[in-house]
Amino acid sequence: MLLAPIVWILTIVIVGVFIGKVWWFPPPISEHGRAYDDQFFNTMVVTGVIFFLAQMALGYVIVRFRDRGGRASHVEGNNKLELLWTSAAGILFIGAVLLSTGIWAGVHLAPTAANALKIDVMSKQFAWSFRYPGPDGKFGRLDIKQINDAGGNPFGIDEKDPAGKDDVVSSTVRVPAGRPIALNLRSRDVIHNFFVRELRMKQDLVPGMEIPLRFQADKVGSYEVACSELCGLGHHQMRSTLEVLSPEDFDKWLKSQQQTQ
Amino acid sequence: MATHATHVHHPPSGWIRKYIFSVDHKVIGKQYWLLAIFSVFLGMALSVLMRFHMVYPDAKVSWFEKLWPTGASGGIMTPELYLSLMTMHGTIMVFFVLTTAPQAGFGNYFLPIQIGAEDMAFPNLNMLSFWTTFLALMVMVAAFFVEGGAPISGWTGYPPLSGVGQVAGPGLGRGQDLWILSIALFCGASLMGAINFIATIIDLRAPGMTLMRMPLTCWAWFVTAILSLFGFAVLLAAGILLLMDRNAGSSFFLPGGLVVNDQILDHKGGSPLLWQHLFWFFGHPEVYIAILPGMGLTSNVLSVFARKPIFGYKAMVYAILGIGFLGFAVWGHHMFISGLNPYTAIAFSVLTMAIGVPSAIKTFNWIGTLWGAQIRFSSPMMYALGFVSLFVTGGISGIFLGQPGLDLYFHDTYFVVGHFHMIMGVAAIFGMFAGTAFWFPKMYGRMMNETINKIHFYLTFIGVYAIFTPMHFVGIAGNPRRYPDFKDLEFMQQLMPVHTFMTHAAIFTAVVQILFLVNLIWSGKKGPRAPENPWEATSLEWTIPSPPPWDNFAGKHPRIYHGPYEYAVPGAPKDHVMQNEPT
Repeated sequence: MLLAPIVWILTIVIVGVFIGKVWWFPPPISEHGRAYDDQFFNTMVVTGVIFFLAQMALGYVIVRFRDRGGRASHVEGNNKLELLWTSAAGILFIGAVLLSTGIWAGVHLAPTAANALKIDVMSKQFAWSFRYPGPDGKFGRLDIKQINDAGGNPFGIDEKDPAGKDDVVSSTVRVPAGRPIALNLRSRDVIHNFFVRELRMKQDLVPGMEIPLRFQADKVGSYEVACSELCGLGHHQMRSTLEVLSPEDFDKWLKSQQQTQ
Repeated sequence: MATHATHVHHPPSGWIRKYIFSVDHKVIGKQYWLLAIFSVFLGMALSVLMRFHMVYPDAKVSWFEKLWPTGASGGIMTPELYLSLMTMHGTIMVFFVLTTAPQAGFGNYFLPIQIGAEDMAFPNLNMLSFWTTFLALMVMVAAFFVEGGAPISGWTGYPPLSGVGQVAGPGLGRGQDLWILSIALFCGASLMGAINFIATIIDLRAPGMTLMRMPLTCWAWFVTAILSLFGFAVLLAAGILLLMDRNAGSSFFLPGGLVVNDQILDHKGGSPLLWQHLFWFFGHPEVYIAILPGMGLTSNVLSVFARKPIFGYKAMVYAILGIGFLGFAVWGHHMFISGLNPYTAIAFSVLTMAIGVPSAIKTFNWIGTLWGAQIRFSSPMMYALGFVSLFVTGGISGIFLGQPGLDLYFHDTYFVVGHFHMIMGVAAIFGMFAGTAFWFPKMYGRMMNETINKIHFYLTFIGVYAIFTPMHFVGIAGNPRRYPDFKDLEFMQQLMPVHTFMTHAAIFTAVVQILFLVNLIWSGKKGPRAPENPWEATSLEWTIPSPPPWDNFAGKHPRIYHGPYEYAVPGAPKDHVMQNEPT
C-alpha cells in the first residue's frame, strides 16, 4: 500500500526534473544540434507520457485492488485489448525511430560538401592530433615508421613526400564557423571516440579504418572534446578542444601555422 | 505430448555426493544460487569502491593499500585500479549473478518440479556445468592477484585494447588472459546448462503438462536456454579467437599498422569490429538471458498474489518467444557509432524498436493482471511490483537509445549506464529478490521474516531509484562513462554534486543489503516451519513438502489437469485450483 505513494512521488520528481531541465544539454552549435534537440524533445514527450501513465496506473491498481477479503474477478485476458496495445506500441516505437532517421542521415548519409574543409584526425593513447593540408591542398603520405610524437610528427608524415612538407599539425581542432567540415578519423593503437557535446555527435576511431565525420558549427567558441570509448588508464585525461573561429581568425591562424612549419 | 522418461536414480549416501558433487537438481540449484549471492556481494563491493573513487579520487584510505599494494600505493586508488574494478564489477555481475541466479539457480531447482519431473534430463552434466561455473569464478577472481592485476578493458573487452597485451596498459597481460579463460569456461558451462534445460522441458514433462499448461517461469527458462545455446556458443568462439590473437600470433581482431605505446606491432588483416559483432551477438541476447526469467517469475508472482489468472497467458508466451527471436536481430544497436555502414544502423534501429513491442505487451498484461485483483502484499509480491516499476523506467530510456540519431550523443554516456542498470541490473535483481522471497520456504523449509523483507524492499527500491535515475540526468548533460574521475573535464564540475548524491545513495543501498543477508541466515536457521503451500499457489512445487524429498514427488508421478493460473475460478470450492487436482 505504501508502495503506491512512493511510486507516485518518484514519478512526479523524475518528470519534474525533466520538465525543469535541471541538468541539461549545453546549447547546440549546429543545424544538426538543433534538429537533434527537437527529436529528443519529441521522444521525451511521448515516452514521458507513457512513463507517467504506466507508473501512475501501477500505483492506482495497488491501492484500488488491494485484498479486501473477497474473490478476484476471473478474467483470463482480452484479445481486443492485446491487439490495441500491441499496435499502439508498435506504431509509437517504429514511428519514433523513423522520425529520427533524418538526423542520422544528415550526419552519415549526406554527401560531403564540395567546399568542405578536410581535417585528418589521429588518436592514440591518450592524445589527439589534427592535421590540415598546406596551401597545396594535399595531405602528405603516412608511414608508421616515421611516427615521432616528441618530434612533432604524431601522424608519421612521410618526409619523402613533398605534399606533406606543408601539412599543419595541431593538438586542438580549429574550424571556421559556417563552413562544412569533413573529419577523417583514424587511430593508431586502440579504439577512441571523438565526442563534442555541443555538436551532438560522437564517432569511434577504429585502428585499421578511416571513418568520415561531417559537421558544420555556426557559433564561435571553445568546446571540450572528450574521449568516449574506453582506451586505457588515461582515458579520462584524453581531451582536446574544438575551437570554432570566425572565418577571418581561422585563416589568420592557419597562415601563421603554415609559416612556422 | 511428451512422454515421461523413467530414469532411476537413488539418493546418495555420502556427505560429499549429497552436498558437494551432487547430481540432485535441487542441490545444484542451491549451489548456483549461493554462488550468485557470493558474487553479487563481491560485485556490489566493487561498485561501492568505484563510486567512492569517482567522487573522492584523492582520498587516502590505508586499507586500500593493504588490498592493492600497487594499485593503491599510499592508499590512493589509481585510475587503472578503478578501471580494473569496473571491468570486474561488470563481468561478475553479468555472468556470475544475472546469468547464474535466475536461470541456473532458480531454474535448476524449480523447472523439473514445475513440470513434474524427478530431476533434470542429464544430472551428471548438470553437476559438471555447476563445477565448471565455479572454476570460471575462481579463475576470474584470480585475475586480481596476478602481476598487473585485473584487466582494465571493461566487461566488453574490446580489442585492440584487450588484444595486444601489457603494452597497452596494466592488467592487460596475465589478468586479461585469465579473464578470457574464465569467460570461455563460463560459456562451456552455460552451453551444458542450456542443453539440459531444453532437453528437460521437451522430454520430461509429466502427463497432462502440455506446453501451454506450463507456468510462465518455465517458458522463460526455456527461451532463455535457447538464447544461451546460441549466444554462448558464439562468445566461446570469440573468446578463443581473442586468446589466439594474444598468445598465438593470430590477427582475427587486430589490424595492420598498430603502433601501441611507441611500439610497432606486427599484426595484420584483422578487424576490431569483428569482435564487436561476435560479442554483441551474444551480448544483446544476454540482456534477455538476464531479464526473461525475472519476467517469467514476476508474471507468476503477480498472478499468485493478485489471486487472479495471468492476463493474456498466450500473449505472454508469444511475447517471450518474440523477445527470444528478435533478441538475435538487434545487436547492431550497440555499434551505431562504431564505424558500421550507416545504413545498417537504420535496419538495426527498426528491429530494436520492434523488440520494445513484446516488452510493452508484457507490461500491459501485468497491469491487466492486477486489474480487478485482490492483492495480497506479501514480500514476494512487493519485489514483483518493484520489478514492474523498474522495468518500465529502465525500458523507457531504451526508446531514446534505440534511435541511432539520438545515440549519436547518448552512446557511452551515463544515460546508457543508467538505462542498463535500471533494467538489466536492478529490475533483474528485483526478480531475484522476488524469487528468493517466494521460493525460500520451499528451498529451506522455513519462512523468511516478512517485516525485514518489506523494510529491505522499501529501502532498496528507493535506493536504486536514487542511484540510477540521476545517471540519466548527468548523461543528458554529456557525462562520459568509464571515467575514473572527472577532474580533467570542465563541464563535469557542475555535475559533481549529483555524483556525490549517487555515491551516498549507493553506499546506503549497499548497507541495506545486509538486512537481506541477515534475513536469509536467520530465517534459514530460526524461521517458522513452512507449510506445503504457504502462498496458496497452484503450480506443482506447492503440492509437495517443503523442502521437497530427494526425487521430488516421492515416487508418485503427478498427472496434470489444469493450467498454471487457475485463481478465482467461478464455482470452485477454493479460490485456486491446483494443477494436479483431478477434475
